Amino acid sequence: MRMRYSWLRYRLFCVYRGHEIRPYYMLNYYSMNNSTSPRVRKLARERIPSGCSIAGIMDVNGVVIPGSEIVGLIEVMHDRSNGLGGGFAGYGIYPRHANDYCFHLMYDYSEAKQQTENAMEKCFEIVGEEEIPTTPVKEVVKRPILWRYFLRICPETRERYYEMSDDDIVMMVVMEINEFIEGAFVVSSGKNMGVFKGVGYPEQIARFYRVEEYGAHIWIAHGRFPTNTPGWWGGAHPFGLLDWAMVHNGEISSYGTNKRYLEEFGYRLMLQTDSEAILYLFDLLARRHGLPLDIACAALAPPLWERIAEMTPHEKNFYRTLRIVYGSAMINGPSALILAHPRGMVGLTDRIKLRPLIAAVAGSRRFLASEECAIRAVCPEPERVWSPAAGEPTVFTMEQG
Amino acid sequence: MKSFIQPEFQIVRDDDRCIHCEVCVRQCAFESHSYDPSDGKVSTDNLRCVGCQRCATLCPTQALVVKEHPREYRGNAYWTPRTIEEIYKQAETGGLLLSGMGSDMPHKLYWDNLLLDASQVTNPSIDPLREPMELKTFLGRKPRAARLSRRGPAVALETVLAPQLELEVPILFSAMSYGAISYNTCLALAGAARECSILYNTGEGGLHKDLYRFGKNTIVQVASGRFGVHKDYLEAGAAIEIKIGQGAKPGIGGHLPGEKVDQAISETRMIPEGTDALSPAPHHDIYSIEDLAQLIAALKETTRYRKPIIVKVAAVHNVAAIASGMVRAGADIIAIDGFRGGTGAAPTRIRDNVGLPIALALAAVDSRLRQEGIRNEASIIAGGGIRNSADVVKAIALGADAVYIATAALIAMGCHMCQRCYTGKCNWGIATQDPYLVKRLNPEIATRRLANLIRAWSLEIKELLGGMGANAIESLRGNRLRLRGIGLSKEELDILGVKPAGESL
Repeated sequence: MRMRYSWLRYRLFCVYRGHEIRPYYMLNYYSMNNSTSPRVRKLARERIPSGCSIAGIMDVNGVVIPGSEIVGLIEVMHDRSNGLGGGFAGYGIYPRHANDYCFHLMYDYSEAKQQTENAMEKCFEIVGEEEIPTTPVKEVVKRPILWRYFLRICPETRERYYEMSDDDIVMMVVMEINEFIEGAFVVSSGKNMGVFKGVGYPEQIARFYRVEEYGAHIWIAHGRFPTNTPGWWGGAHPFGLLDWAMVHNGEISSYGTNKRYLEEFGYRLMLQTDSEAILYLFDLLARRHGLPLDIACAALAPPLWERIAEMTPHEKNFYRTLRIVYGSAMINGPSALILAHPRGMVGLTDRIKLRPLIAAVAGSRRFLASEECAIRAVCPEPERVWSPAAGEPTVFTMEQG
Repeated sequence: MKSFIQPEFQIVRDDDRCIHCEVCVRQCAFESHSYDPSDGKVSTDNLRCVGCQRCATLCPTQALVVKEHPREYRGNAYWTPRTIEEIYKQAETGGLLLSGMGSDMPHKLYWDNLLLDASQVTNPSIDPLREPMELKTFLGRKPRAARLSRRGPAVALETVLAPQLELEVPILFSAMSYGAISYNTCLALAGAARECSILYNTGEGGLHKDLYRFGKNTIVQVASGRFGVHKDYLEAGAAIEIKIGQGAKPGIGGHLPGEKVDQAISETRMIPEGTDALSPAPHHDIYSIEDLAQLIAALKETTRYRKPIIVKVAAVHNVAAIASGMVRAGADIIAIDGFRGGTGAAPTRIRDNVGLPIALALAAVDSRLRQEGIRNEASIIAGGGIRNSADVVKAIALGADAVYIATAALIAMGCHMCQRCYTGKCNWGIATQDPYLVKRLNPEIATRRLANLIRAWSLEIKELLGGMGANAIESLRGNRLRLRGIGLSKEELDILGVKPAGESL
């Protein structure tokens, strides 16, 4: 909250002096530090926050959490984003279609919609479809056409691709739409879950998509401060594929290695954003290679060799093998991420924790967020709040069926 | 026949400084310097000088300068002095021209046309002096996925890895045979490999019995001549390398002249003393890819599947497809030796006109193996002209798992690149078997110099890696997004899989 206050003060100061108000990311530390005005110099000493915000909340007993809670969590960290991207993912939001794949789509124009539907009909039966309901929010501009579909795989499709699982078929269709149909983008493709994202501050995006009208047992959210890719709708977080959804704060140095590794397994990285690669790495390791999530995390953020050397022979062999097999999957560079799936969520940072992540427990609620203030805004007195160690996964799993 | 050849070098002696101590006379095995007792003066014969700088380096009064001879033919951009003199030599001898070391032709230097990335603002660079920075590298076949079995909440590892070579730094000393280089040089390479926890390679000349103790840090080579190959030899090393070809002379075998085959070499190579050691151009049991598969299988069987098998080829035009075949034939590691790779002796025409620059060959091989989905089945070692740590980093970013260095290692020990290794008269005691010359290379000092080189490069690799915001070498491997090409054509950029400088992500 203190950050917000200083931002306000800066704006007041600018109005008072007749200066142009510049957005946060354009503030020039150097000129402010060397300003003749003591007030400006003081402002410069206060940290100007940067980097994305991430947040996640779940109830281990499956109690439905209203969308307002996740909005409350993410909007406190307003200053960590710059209005160029915000988004939410909720699990358990479509109980009437719990066993159908739900595709959320963004279309740039209606021809893309027609083409995409043709492509989907080749493999799926469309059992429901509608425009995703939205509310006019004047800051949310350049809106694509937003549509959702509930899909079932046709029996003939299973026969044709007899070597593939249902999830593999869905992934194939998603990759095809994203790669070959211009102006169409699959935002999420899981069961009983959906991703709502766009360009704007997260609280604006929440209002736009009417996130507060949904109830979910797991929510994750993201406020974006893009550095690599321009703020476009598809590039906002969360990223979704099948039942996975992920929000990420960071920029990975290993992107080129990870990308080429994933391409060997048939993934098509279209978004030019490193965060997309991480989602696919989880899909590869946890779904296709069948690694438990904590072990997938140990492959993505492996222990240092010097730590492996200190382990028992059994553990040493385990982590050594894992690291040798999955060297190209290591996520290197500043990262904090939350990965959600129908049965829980996982928080993970890079091996030297160059981006923040805080975890908390309150009753059956579990929280993950970039900043503690976000958790306390929704839950003032959690039973336990801690800062997970670098590279160590924080795994929260549902307790009931 | 009067020779038309003029001296290549000019030895300039400062008479005010020269004390006629005869150091230069004793140091020059090519007999460029001579002492005339009648007038107590040292005189020089420029024609004999090979430009190895031994005399100038050791002269106690710095009285000597060895410089290029200004033999001024009439200026001609086409018929250069080198071209003209090569014709004189052939006209006078009727022989093919020989050279030592890698090609010195002014072809494009791809490493110098690639620039590395660094992190700024959005991604912090990592300081290797304050943070861990991991260069540890494993070479060998890797499974596509780790398999686990679950017993209740406990998880057990099912995957058993194929044998791996563990390196502290992704650098190995490339193959140089005992015979081509002296015993002391072999000993220094082995000692440095042990000290740095890396590996050296015996080359095709077998393994001297006193060097078996360095087995853990040794790659034993099986080449077309099969010199010194027997069961204990195969068991002695950490890995076995089948040498198909060599970057300096793709398509041809080797020739160690009989004069160099003394008793120790004859024992090690298992050939009679004083006979020429001729390794055939092809392996006469490998005329096709399935023959290679058989030899790989035989070597694995012999060593009970405990050692990875490396197959080394020269970088030739179709290297990507050849490499793919090698992996499918069972090679655990493939070594690709580029156009600039060194040699003890190669026909000059072959050295300077056959092969591919390693950067292009490496990029093509890595891309091909990935397209086929078999990149995990073999590691790639790139060699042939790796000059410094930046070349190492660029090679790894293009897709290599590790690099082979040999010329750089020889230079570290004292080689001055005179390219006369095939004469057996190496004044620096490296590429010679003459006992008088061999003892010039002190193996302990040479070990130290090599270990220093590896240490220095590893520090630089850590700095470059940290600058790119990564703290493990795995994250650089095949990461071509951290490279940009400068002054390269579109086609070259496409083959390298690299974007032009100035283009962002």
